[in-house]
Formats: sequence, structure tokens, C-alpha cells
Amino acid sequence: MADLKALYQEVILDHSKNPRNFHSLPDADRTAVGRNPLCGDQFTVYLRMDGDTIVDIGFEGQGCAISKSSASMMTQAVKGKTGVEAEGLFDRFHELVTGKPAEPEALGKLAVFSGVSEFPIRVKCASLAWHTLKAALEAKGAISME
Amino acid sequence: MATKTELLMDVGKVREDFPILKRTVHGKPLVYLDSAATSQKPRQVIDAVSDFFSRYNANVHRAIYELGEEATREYEGAREKVAGFIHARSPNEVAFTKSTTESLNAIAYGWGLKGKLREGDEIVSTVMEHHSNHVPWFFVQDLKGVKLKWVGMTDDGLLKMEDYDTMITKRTKVVTVTQCSNVLGTINPVQEIAKRAHEAGAICVVDAAQSVPHMPVDVQKIGCDFLAFSGHKMLGPTGIGVLYGTEERLNEMEPLMGGGEMVREVHLGSAKWNDIPFKFEGGTPNMAGAIGLGVAVDYLDGIGMDRVRRHEKELTKYALEALSDVKGFHGFGLDDVERRGGVISFTLGDVHPHDIASILDVEGIAIRSGHHCAQPLMERLNVPATARASFYVYNTPEEVDRLAAGLRKVLDVFA
Repeated sequence: MADLKALYQEVILDHSKNPRNFHSLPDADRTAVGRNPLCGDQFTVYLRMDGDTIVDIGFEGQGCAISKSSASMMTQAVKGKTGVEAEGLFDRFHELVTGKPAEPEALGKLAVFSGVSEFPIRVKCASLAWHTLKAALEAKGAISME
Repeated sequence: MATKTELLMDVGKVREDFPILKRTVHGKPLVYLDSAATSQKPRQVIDAVSDFFSRYNANVHRAIYELGEEATREYEGAREKVAGFIHARSPNEVAFTKSTTESLNAIAYGWGLKGKLREGDEIVSTVMEHHSNHVPWFFVQDLKGVKLKWVGMTDDGLLKMEDYDTMITKRTKVVTVTQCSNVLGTINPVQEIAKRAHEAGAICVVDAAQSVPHMPVDVQKIGCDFLAFSGHKMLGPTGIGVLYGTEERLNEMEPLMGGGEMVREVHLGSAKWNDIPFKFEGGTPNMAGAIGLGVAVDYLDGIGMDRVRRHEKELTKYALEALSDVKGFHGFGLDDVERRGGVISFTLGDVHPHDIASILDVEGIAIRSGHHCAQPLMERLNVPATARASFYVYNTPEEVDRLAAGLRKVLDVFA
């Protein structure tokens, strides 16, 4: 049976109620909007870069507990990382939430999202902000997850 | 609180007919509360579809042999049943399509775009429509320069009828409206709206996807020109829908699809259309779907649509009371069950509808979450999404109790 406690862990609920870096960046030099048209979730991710390094990151928008907490924890995880490192982290994260974790130790705190793998419908929720980050890094203005 | 003995139907007996209701989900008995999206199917419908393929599968209106005659007889018999069910004047007023969506597209294209509409004409719709009654008219707007207007809604979820006074003008050619909102359950006064349309010389198109399955619908009493609904929301198979139109309108209308069956004669470069309703049924139709729909109509007739409606009213009343006891429950739409169908959209505190649906799923309860293909209505309600429970003939007050308990569990998780 799917384990609700594994999905809605304390840390996840905390980040959904009190999201970190939940604001726009007035001096952002990259932004992207990510939408999930099926459920109406929408996030904007703001990046301030120094060369290839993410110096600052913020996000705004609305979504379920999983998508919002994932966005919040993502901003903490990628701040100070290079674009390439952030995308590498996204790959590890995607493996985790789809139940194929190759290097779970690389994920640190993000490992709390392992419960998502038991709820395949929610993978899109967990990865929406990450797809949006990737779009911002690749200077694509908007993405839509069908 | 409504007592559980007020139900006027033997729901236990009805439930026996639905094999899927015997299954469990995540170890719990299934509570299916998403019939506004698609209904479950009784054994009688499943058997009719299987029977068609097992015993008399052949192409209708073509095959000159026994199987083909049987298939044609059953297919046309289904048309007669559907026509009778909605009180059409004749089976010729019923064309089979794949869905409400196809029916509405066929009307917008065939009567509107290729038929009667000209630049500068106006269409009056409402903010309450499903995307399938918005987007086809956007095509007409974009390709023909036709102007769209949308009647507004009160905070209670009623159409602002006074908007029709100003929005319907001599330029209005089409007035289109949903008979029952798939989000709020509001039952709109389609008879009155059709009358207003006709007074202005416009036609009236009714989206009946959420009404025909749940309440008696009489197209002659409504007086509409067109009406569209789907089989799969009324105990029938998927992939079968109905386009109703008066003979006069159907004759004015161009077909959406060209192909076999819909033509009388074809020469290189030209063709003459078949009679209605066949000119709207290009290609081999969904024979099994139509036959299954005919049996679904028999099944609903067997219960009686008055009783179906009363059952859902009682259940909705019971649910509105039971759910309002849950902390943070906020229901949208009217309190008066006389004016709403068995659809309850709601939010629960600040828990996102997706999270509500996920947690209920683990309890074996299936509800819908999201924008319900009605984003303009969501914008009007100023919410990104809602959760939605919807009822049908097989639902019980005990299932409503399980929903209420499930919502309390959601609150526990987010406490």
C-alpha cells in the first residue's frame, strides 16, 4: 500500500507551509515560468548568475504541497552551484522520484522526496520547479508539463 | 441532517450491476466519486458491447448479409432509444459522434463556420462553460471575425440572467450555454435562454454533458436547436456521443467529416451529401459504442430519470450537510439542491486540491482535482483549482461519510 507518511514527510510539509526563497529577484538575469496545465500549478523561477554560477535564486507561484516544497528545497540546494551542477542534481532527483536512485547520497536533504516514487502521478508535481529551473538556465522563457 | 433512509432507490441492487464497485483500491473498498468525469458501467452495457463483437460484428448500412442486418438493426435501434430518451421528434434528429466535444465542434464548424455565420455576427456564451463549449467557438471567432460575449455569474454560482438583456442583440446568431455546470452543478434555465435566443432570431446550443445523464431532459420542452452529450458519462461506453439538432438546423448544417456513409453520390471532384443524420456520420461509426449507449439508456429508463434526479438531490443535500461539518470545508455553488446537480466542488483550508485527491486515493476514494476543464470559471471563482466529488445512481450516503472521514484524514496529515 502506498505510504502517505513517506510522501508527506515533516520536512516536506514544513517547506510547503513556509517556503524558502519564496520571492522574486528584482535583479534576476534569468527567469522562467513552469506550468502544469492539468492541475493549474504554476511557478516562476528567478536566477541571478555570476558566469555559470547561481548566485541567488527565488521562486513565486502556486501549487500543491509536493510541488511547492520541492521548489523551496530546490532553491536551497542549488544556490551557489553552477548550472551544470544544478542540472546534474536534477538528474539525480529525477532518478529518486521515479524510483531509480543511482546516487541517492548525492542528494542530501532532497532525499526526503523518495516517497514520491510510490505515487507516480505526483512525479510531475515534484519535478515542476526543477524543469522550470532547467528552462531558466537554458534561457527558455516557459515550459509546460502535459 | 438528512437521514439515510430517505433514499428512494434500491442502491444496493443497482450497485450489484456494476462489477467495478466490487474492487478495492489500496486495500479499501472503492468509493467512486468522479462520475462527472466518467461514469462506471453496468454489466448490461459491458455485455452488450461484448455481445456485439462476439455475435454480430459487421459494418452497418453496408453489409448485405445477416450479420450486417443485425448490426444495422441494433445500431439504428440505439438511435431510436436515444431519440426517445431526450424526446426528439424523430431519430433523424440524432447523429452519433464520438463525444460532446465532437458534437460541439461539429455544430461550431458545420452550422457556424461553414454554414450560417458571417463577419460581425455575435455569439453569446457564458463564463460557466467547459472548455469544449469555449474553444470550438474561438475557432469561429478567429477564422470568421465573429464576436464572442460571455454572460457573467453571481457569487452564488447563478448565471446573471440580466446580462442576456444587453448581450443579445440583433447581431446575435448563436446563444450557447451549459445546462448543468460540471464544476458548480448549477442547473441553468435553458428553456428561458432558448426563448430569449429565438426572440432575437438566434439559435440556442445546449451543452448537456452533465444534464442528460442525471435528470429528465426534453429537447422539445427546452426548445433548443442543438444539444450535445456523451455516452460515457451516462453509464455507456467511451467514444460515443450524441449530436441532437432539429431537422431544420441539421439540414442547414455542413458535415464536419467527409468520407464513406455520409455521401449519396461521389464523382471526381464533387459529392452530394446523404440525408440527415447520416451526413454527419462519415466513416464506420462506433457501432459497439452506440449499441452500448442504447443499453445504458434502457438501464436509466429502467430506474426512471425522475428517480435518478431525486436520488442525486438527496445525496447532494446529505453531502452538503455532512461535509460542512468538516473543519475548513468550503463548498462552491448553490445551497439549494433544487437548482443544482450532484457535483460538489470544494476546497479544504489551504490544502491544495491535488494533495486532497492523493490522500483520499490512499483511502480508496476517487475524486477529481484541478480546473475541471473550466479555467475561465476558475478565474471567475478566483481559485487555481478545486477538489470535486460527483455522484451517480450507485453512490450511497455511507460513501459520503467515507469522504467526510477521508477529508478529516487530510486535515490530520496537514495538521
